Parts: sequence; structure tokens; C-alpha cells
Amino acid sequence: MSEMKFILLISFALFFIGVYGFLTRRNMITMLMAVELMLNAVNINFIVFNKFLYAEKMDGLFFTIFIITIAAAEAAVAIAIIINLYRKFNSINENEIDTLKW
Amino acid sequence: MVNYSYIALVLIIPLAVFIITGLFGKRFQSFSGILGTAGMLAAACLSYYAAYQYFILGSRGADCAWPTIIALKQTWLQFSPNLRIEMGIMVDSISVMMLVVVTTVSLMVHLYSISYMHGEERFSTYYSFLSLFSFSMLGLVISTNIFQMYMFWELVGVSSFLLVGFYFTKPSAVAAAKKAFIVTRFADLGFLAGILILSFYSESLDFQTIIHRMMDYNGSIFLAANSASFMGASALTWALCLIFIGGAGKSAMFPLHIWLPDAMEGPTPVSALIHAATMVVAGVFLVARLFPVYSQIPAALDVVMYVGAFTSLFAAIIACTQTDIKRVLAYSTISQIGYMMFGLGVSGYWGDKALGFSGSMFHLFTHAMFKALLFLGAGAVIHFIHSNEMGDMGGLRKKMPLTNIVFLVACLAISGIPPFSGFFSKEEILTAAFNHNKLIYAMGLVTAAITAFYMFRLYFSIFWNKPASEAGGHADAHSHGEAPVTMKIPLVFLCLATLVSGFIPFNEFVTAFDKLEVEFHLPLAIAAVSAGAIGIIIATILYLKPSTMPDKIAATLGSIYQSAHRKFYVDELYLFITQKVVFNLISAPAAWFDRNVVDGMMNLIADVTENFSDEVKTFQSGKISGYVMWFFAGAILLSILIVYVL
Amino acid sequence: MNLSLLILIPFLTVLAILLVKDGKMARVIALAGSFAQLAAALFMLFSYMKLHDGSRLAFEESHVWFAQWNINYHIGVDAISIAMVLLTSVVLVAGVLVSWNIEKSTTSDPSSGGQPKEFFILLLLLATGAFGFFISVDLFTQFFFFELAVIPKYLLIAIWGSGKKEYAAMKLVLMLMGGSAMVLIGILGFYHFSVAAGTPTFDLLALSKLSLTHNQQMFLFPLLFAGFGVLSAMFPFHTWAPDGHSSAPTAASMFLAGISMKLGGYGCLRVAVYLLPDAAREYSPYIIILACIGILYGAFVTLKQRDIKMMNAYSSVSHCGFVILGIAMFTKTAMVGAVLQMVSHGVMTALFFAVIGMIYERSHTRMGDEMGGLMKVMPFLGSVFIIAGLTSLGLPGFSGFVAEMTVFVGSFQNADLFHRVATIIATASIVVTAVYILRAVGIALWGPIKKIEFEKLPDAAWNEKLAAGILVVAIVILGTMPFWLSDMIYKTTETLFGMAVK
Repeated sequence: MSEMKFILLISFALFFIGVYGFLTRRNMITMLMAVELMLNAVNINFIVFNKFLYAEKMDGLFFTIFIITIAAAEAAVAIAIIINLYRKFNSINENEIDTLKW
Repeated sequence: MVNYSYIALVLIIPLAVFIITGLFGKRFQSFSGILGTAGMLAAACLSYYAAYQYFILGSRGADCAWPTIIALKQTWLQFSPNLRIEMGIMVDSISVMMLVVVTTVSLMVHLYSISYMHGEERFSTYYSFLSLFSFSMLGLVISTNIFQMYMFWELVGVSSFLLVGFYFTKPSAVAAAKKAFIVTRFADLGFLAGILILSFYSESLDFQTIIHRMMDYNGSIFLAANSASFMGASALTWALCLIFIGGAGKSAMFPLHIWLPDAMEGPTPVSALIHAATMVVAGVFLVARLFPVYSQIPAALDVVMYVGAFTSLFAAIIACTQTDIKRVLAYSTISQIGYMMFGLGVSGYWGDKALGFSGSMFHLFTHAMFKALLFLGAGAVIHFIHSNEMGDMGGLRKKMPLTNIVFLVACLAISGIPPFSGFFSKEEILTAAFNHNKLIYAMGLVTAAITAFYMFRLYFSIFWNKPASEAGGHADAHSHGEAPVTMKIPLVFLCLATLVSGFIPFNEFVTAFDKLEVEFHLPLAIAAVSAGAIGIIIATILYLKPSTMPDKIAATLGSIYQSAHRKFYVDELYLFITQKVVFNLISAPAAWFDRNVVDGMMNLIADVTENFSDEVKTFQSGKISGYVMWFFAGAILLSILIVYVL
Repeated sequence: MNLSLLILIPFLTVLAILLVKDGKMARVIALAGSFAQLAAALFMLFSYMKLHDGSRLAFEESHVWFAQWNINYHIGVDAISIAMVLLTSVVLVAGVLVSWNIEKSTTSDPSSGGQPKEFFILLLLLATGAFGFFISVDLFTQFFFFELAVIPKYLLIAIWGSGKKEYAAMKLVLMLMGGSAMVLIGILGFYHFSVAAGTPTFDLLALSKLSLTHNQQMFLFPLLFAGFGVLSAMFPFHTWAPDGHSSAPTAASMFLAGISMKLGGYGCLRVAVYLLPDAAREYSPYIIILACIGILYGAFVTLKQRDIKMMNAYSSVSHCGFVILGIAMFTKTAMVGAVLQMVSHGVMTALFFAVIGMIYERSHTRMGDEMGGLMKVMPFLGSVFIIAGLTSLGLPGFSGFVAEMTVFVGSFQNADLFHRVATIIATASIVVTAVYILRAVGIALWGPIKKIEFEKLPDAAWNEKLAAGILVVAIVILGTMPFWLSDMIYKTTETLFGMAVK
């Protein structure tokens, strides 16, 4: 079990690095990368729980693969959005793009 | 039993004339006058035939009472199993008498108006309104059902409104029409409430059933109605008093009389028909119709008596000070209707006690004739001189010889000088009053004297006094003669009626219930005639020749004269109530309240919602990191909740 | 008689108008459709009268709509619904005729007018909703049509209105939606209780046999009655009426007062009181008080209005008080009176709004004191105005008298002092009504002509004459021959309420 705790600690750290990055960075690419970090932290969690708690099942693995796929698609969409924002605002700084409100 | 259903035609003819002239009158303006007159002539002939059939061919029943015949009865609106409005024709002595009165006067007015209203732009409209009025009034008098009467009651009110407001471009006519309708409408509220109470207890709206049930002293219905009490009076007393309010409104009893003098803004023939002879006696007719019930409740009858007597004196005093000839006649009408009212008030139901009832109906009949004559005569004068003011008249006896004579006859009749008709009817009422209540008798006698005085004041001011050339009227500017023949015929006819109608043995025909034997009291007759004579003599002294005496007397009386001249400030009181109280103290605050408080409440709810959303929407800042902060804070809070609390 | 026709005809008319491009064509189709509807309604009346005396639901039709939730398309008519359907179809014809020239900007507000096609579509959609509401027997179907009748009003007022039209439209729709939200809760409550009783249904007839406990009734009744009460302008939920009416285009005002307010009254009677008689009896004193306040207070507020359209809007508040009063008085006669008052007021107020609209189109003012002497210039419109006014103040021979008197006589059958006093207070309003009506007639129509340009104003055109004529005929028929309708409605109330009311 100690191995599992160790790995969970890593994924915990990874997740909050992602959170920290997402909250502090203003560049959208960086923020996207932070999101990817968080997603990967979740992936690690899935794998770990699958391995140590339900070794006879495959659900965690499937979910991980699923998330990776989605993440890839999401990154593509996100970058497309970012490119469009850049064309419109000449910036990908999140501070300057605040029209997403009432 | 004789079939009287042809009386329906008496109603249908004016109704048809109303519809035809109302819808198509514009196409044939002048023809509508002839059509209306012809229709009315037919209706009058039918009424005369009905009267002949009822009074001459028919006879009193076994109980010595004239029979009550229901010629037609059709359910019109069924409220509940017991209560229904029926349309029908009731033939009894008073309704037949009223048929004769209404059709006669209406025919005369129709005929008279052909030339009086000639050249009027809305000539056909005038005739359609006249027909509407005749229809409604005839429907009123033959009602079998109290609600039927109420319906026609409202209809006469609205025809009066339309006719008073006939010259609708004149602001004074508009105001008068509104006043006439609203005051009587107010009174009708009492009538309606009375009907509701009466119908609830008697469980019927039918006149005969109501009377039958209420005459049954020991019947459970009468006992229930007479014992249920509200604020110290029984339900039946309340009902009768409320119904009397309705009658008082239509008949212009104090304090609801204010509309009648103003209603003189209408064309003069209309005043003769509606505001002298027919509609204004509807209140008297209503009390007479329900008289058997009234006679059960002395308190209600006392109200009728005192109100009638007071009004007759009150209006007579005001009439002495008015200078508009139509207004003098209007106040005289109020006064004479007061006479009829207290005639009913002093009457009993059985046998000789019913003298007041017969006298009242008799006076209604004679008054209709001579008052219509007076108005039509006044109309001829106004037509000739184009003014209503006494000051503009004088010395017209040479220029208008026929009018002079008929006017004199009518004045003598109203003053109660034998052998003219007014003498007989007034005499009966005064005798009844003498037997019942001496105070009322005294008031009646004084009123008779005052009546004679102001009528002859009017007569002398028009036809004698200063010579015509000195008067301010425009008589000389006109080349047309006294009056065209269509105006003269009604005058002559009504004059003859005034001369003759006193000799009709009225007590034979119209009594409250059974036979009535009247002894002739010579002292009472002498008293009444001398009261009239005194009035005439004073008027002769003051007004036969131009003199300054009247002004001097007016000056001596000072404030009394002033207040009588200003009609004892009743109008001002009403104006105060309507303008200040109703408009400014009720309506204006209510309107303010509605806009600001009730609607304000709704707006407040909307405003609160809007402000709240204003607050909430600032969360939606557009800053992604802000959202994420909230997101994580929420996620952490939620996980703490899930892990440690739940 | 296939009752679905009553819904199909206006709906197909809507579709037909959608297909054409031309505004002139649209109005012809709309008129043809509304006349067809009137004919269908009359046919329904006659076939009903031939077969029944009013005591039962006829021409029933039932199809499953959502089996899962037991929602059926169940329609049928009895005398009360027939009266309402007749009223709606008469007002519909008149409304279409009055809007004949909607494509021209007819008011002083340049932003209104135009788009005749859309106007007629909305008008007929509204009518479809009203017809569906009056003939459906299933609560959910009824609610569906109810909503259908509310939404188009927003657009009608906000696009073709005048004055503060956006504000008025928003206010009206929000208030009415508030009402219908309450109604929806009530209806779902019914369903819930019927599920609990083991017979899940939305059907009115089935629900009326459901025996609810006292608490359940007391909970549902205020929701339903107040919800429908908002629509019939019950005090204090009436304030949408003056604003809405005064801003709405003529035809929309006619529909609003002539039809929509009746949806409320009908709902109060048909749903709230019919299904929950015990709760209704317990709440009735409060409702009576509200109704009396509405009647008298509405009348007094009317007295102070300068704007004659506003005046008629407030007078509707007063007159609809009689509907509520008649329902709450709990005697058959009073309920018959309430239904008659709905019909009478519907026709009368439609006529009044129509003639006010026509005068406004000519004089370009609605302030009574800025008019004057119009009777001389436009005798036809003046006469119609006076007829509408006299109906409003309850003159015999016109429909208002019949309805009001039935309410009064019915109300007075309650022997206790409270009901008596309430009745007398309500009757007092006939005087105030007379005052404001005559005041309006005196100011706007009579008297000298105030402005030179009034002298050249034209009288009514053919479409206006026809519209006014149809409404006047309806008023006179009801006023001179009320017996056929009132007897039928009496029978229906007997069936609906039986021994529950006196």
C-alpha cells in the first residue's frame, strides 16, 4: 500500500502544480498545458486505483485511454480557439479577453 | 274574459317607429315626423278602445273591485325556479288610465313637434327618441312584473337622457342630461335594492303574487318579511322605503329633485311629455302600483306623505323666484307631484279611506293634461319670442290670442279654480289630507295659494305687464304668425281636456280596491278655492301692470328671497359632494393608490428581481482565472462536505 | 359535430397565412378563417341546442396524447363553454375586421404598424389557444392552450402597440406568466394527489370524482383561483390590465379584454370552484371581499382617468369583479350571472375598445378632454360609443343588464348579512359606472367641437361598420333574448355543482 500512497502523492502534486499553473499564468497556451497536467494527474489516479484496488478489472485503464483521446481532441479545439482569439484580439493573454460575460 | 292582448300593439307600434326612424330616418327626414305621429295616433286609438272596453263595457267584480287582467305573460329571463322576469301586460284601472294619459300627451307632443322642431338637423333622430320614450313609458305602465317595470324604468331614464341632451353641442344641455341620468340612476339603486329585498322575502317578482303574499297578514311570508329587522326597521319597511327612493328620484322629490329644472334644457315638447306629464309621475305610479303593500306598513306610507308634502311646499316657494318660464313650470311640476305623493301617503286601502289614492290618480290625470298644455303653450311663446326669460316677454295677449286663452285656462286649472279640472282633483287630495293629518292639510293649502300666485305671476308676465314693444324679446323681428296649425291643434285639444276632465267621475273608475263614496265638503272646498283666489289676487296686484313692487318685496325679504332664488343651495351642495368628495376625496386618491401602491407593489417585485440579478451577474466577470478560483473553492468545499459532514 | 374543427380552423388559417407573401392576401384569409370559425361555432350551438338542454357535456372526443403521464387530448362542450366559444368567435371576426388596415401606420407612433402577415398569424394563434382552452376537458391540454393564448400577446403589444409598449408588454406577460405558474403548480398538485389515490389522471371529469382531503383542497384552491384570477384582473392583480390595454393595438385590446380575461374567469369557475367546492366555500368570504373592492375601487379609479382607453381598461377591472363575485357567491343564479357577465363584458368591451381605437385613428388623441363634439362629425362612431357605454352601465335591452341583474339577484339569495352587504356594495357601482360613462360621452362626443381639424374627420369605413355591427347585434340579441342562453347555462351549473350550491 505504501507504493500506492507514494504514487498518489505524485499525482496529487502534479494536479496542484497544474492548478497553480492554471491560476497564475495568463498565457493561454500555458494554461492549456496546466490543464493537461491536471488531466494527467487524474490519469495516474485511475491507473493506480485500478492496479492496487481492483486488479481484476480493466475500467481504470479504459478510462485513462478515453481521457487521453479526449484530451487530444480537446487540445486541438482549444488551440483552434486560441488561434481565433489571437486573430481577434492580437493577444493570447487571458486578462485582455474578458468579453465572456453578461 | 275579454281579450286585451291587442294592447301589445300599443307598444309594438312606437317600437317599430323607433327602429325604422332610428335606422333609416336619415333618408326621409321630414317623413319620420308624420310616421311617428301616425303611429302614435294608432296607439292612442287602441288605448282609448282599451279604456272603453275596460271601464264602460267591463264592470266591477263581485268584491266591488275593478278586475286585474293579465293579458299576456311570457317568461323572459329565469333567475331561479321562483324568480323570473316576465314580460306581460297587466290591465287594471290605473294601468288603463296611464295608457290613456301617455298616449294622449305623446300624440299631442308628436303632432306639436312637427312644426316646432321643423328644420332641425337631427329631426328624425328626435322622433326616434320620442318613440323610444313612448314605448318605454307604455311598457312601464303595463308591467306585470316588478323587474319588467325596472327595465322600462331604466329605458325611460335613458330616453330622457338622450332627449335632454338633444342639443348636445350646448355644454349646458350636456351637463343637464348627465345630471338627469345620474341623479335618477342613484335613486334607481334604491329601487333595485328594494326589489332585491322584496323579491327575496316574497319569493316572486310578479306584482300580483307579491301583493297577494304581502296582504296575507298571517302568512309566513308576510311575517318573515315583517319580523326580519335591520337597524330598527323591518325588512319590508326597508324594501318599501328603498323602492320609494327610486320613485322619488324619477318623480323629482326632495332631495332628488335637482335634475328636473335643469332638464328643461331639452326641447320644450320633450319637457311637456317627459318632464311634466308622464315620466316624472312614474314614481307616483310605482307607489300606486305597490299601494296594497304600502298600506300594510304605515311607517313607509308616512315617509311618502312627509316627503311629498315637504317637496310640494318647497318647490312652490322656489317657483315664485325663478325667471326662466320653463323653470317656473318645472318647479311647479315638482310641487304638483309632491301633491300626488302626499295624496297617496294620506290614503288608506279599504273603502272610503282610499280617497287619497283616487284623488292622487285623479290629479295625475288632470295634471298631465294642464301641465302639458302649459308647457306646449310656453313652447309656443318661446318659439315666437326666442327666449325663455320672463324679462323678455310681456303684452303678448294681442299677438298670441289663442295661446293666451289656453294658458289662462291651464293656469286657472292648476290654481284649483272651479270648474276647471285641477279644482276637483286637488279638492279630493286636500279632503283626504284633512281627514288624515291636519299638518299636511295646512301645508297643502299653503302650497295651493302659492301655486296660484306663481302661476299668475307667470301668466301676467308673459301676456300682460309691459307692452310687447318694451320687452326685450325679438317678437317683432318675426313675420310668422302665432303658431302653425299643427301646434295649435294640440293646444286646443289639451285645453278642452283640461276643461272637461274634471267632470269625469273618477272615483268610480280608479280606486285602491273597492267602492268609494265621497261626500262633498263645502267648507273644505271654499277653503281651497279661497286659497287659490288669494294667490291670484296678490299676483294680479303685483304683476298685471309693470310695477316696482315685486323688486321691493324681494329686497325686503333679502336673504330669504336670495336663498329661494338660488334654490336653497341644494345644487351647490350636490356639486360639493360630487366634485369635492367623490372626485377629489375618493377617486383621485384611489387612482393615486392604484398607480403607486398596487402597481408600485408589482413594480417593486420587478425591481427587486432586477437588482438582485444585477448583483449576481458581477460573478460573471469574464476572467477565467476568477472562475477557476471559484471552481476550486467550490470543489474543495464540496469534498470537505462529502468526506467529513455527510 | 366534430369539435376539433374549432381548433383546426384557426390553426389551418395560421398555416395558410404563413404560405402567402402578400399582406392583402393575408388579411383576406384571416377574415375568411374567422368567418368560418364563427359559422362553425354557430353550427355547434344549434346542433347542441337541438340535442341537449345544457345539462351535459356533448361532442366529446378523446385521444391519448402522452400515455406515460396520462395526458389525453380530451375535448367536449357544455353550455358554459359554448357561451365562451361564441364570444371568442364573435370577437375574433370583429378583431380581424378592425385590423384590416394594420399595414398602414395608423397610430401616431411611427414604429408601430406594418407586417400584416405576422399580425394576423399572432392574432389567430391567440384565438386558437383560447378556443382550445374553452373546449378542453383535460387539465394538461387546457393548460397547453392557456399558454398558447398568453404568449402572442407579448408580441402583439410590443410590436404593434403604442406608448410605453415594451414596458406594458413585459409587465403583462410577466404577470400572466406568474398566474399560469401558480396554475401549473395546482394542476401538478392535482396529478400528484390523483396518483396517490391510485388513479393517475389529468381529466377534469375524473378529478371531480376524486375525493381530496380538506387540507389538500385548501392547499390547491388558492393556487388555482389566484392563478386564474390574475388573468381575470382580480384585485390586487389587475395592474397589468390598464397598462396592457392602453398600449396594445386595437385588436389586441379587444382580444385581451374580450377573450383573455374570460380565460381567467372560466378557469376559476371550471377548474378551481368545480374541482374544489369545499375549499371554495371556505375561501369565498375573502374572494367576495376582494371582488367587492375590485368592483367599487375599479369604478372609482375609472372616474379619474383622462385617457378613454385607460378608462375602459379600468372599467374592465370593475366589470370583471362581477364575474368573480358571481362565482364566489355560490348560488346557481349568481354563477349563471357570472358566465353571462363574461359573455356580455367580452362583447361590450370589445366593442368599446374597437370604437375607441377607431376614434383614436382619426383624432390621434385618446385624452377625453382633447376631443369634443365628435358626435357631430362621426355620428356612426358616436352612436356606437354610446351604445357600448349604455351596455357598460347596464341598460335594459343590452347584454350588461341581463348579466348584472342575474348576479345581483343570485347574490341576494344568500340570507346572511355579509353577503347582503356585499351585494349592495356591488350594486352601488352601477351609479359610479353611469357617472364615468356619461362623463366620457359628455366630454368626448358631445359639446362643441374643440379643434378645427376634427371637422373634416371621416366617419366609419365599411370594415369598421361591419365589425361594430356584428358586436352590436350580439349585444342586442343577448340583451333582448337572454332566455335561451341563461336557461342552458343554468342547467349546466346544476350538472356541475348539483347540490353543492344553492
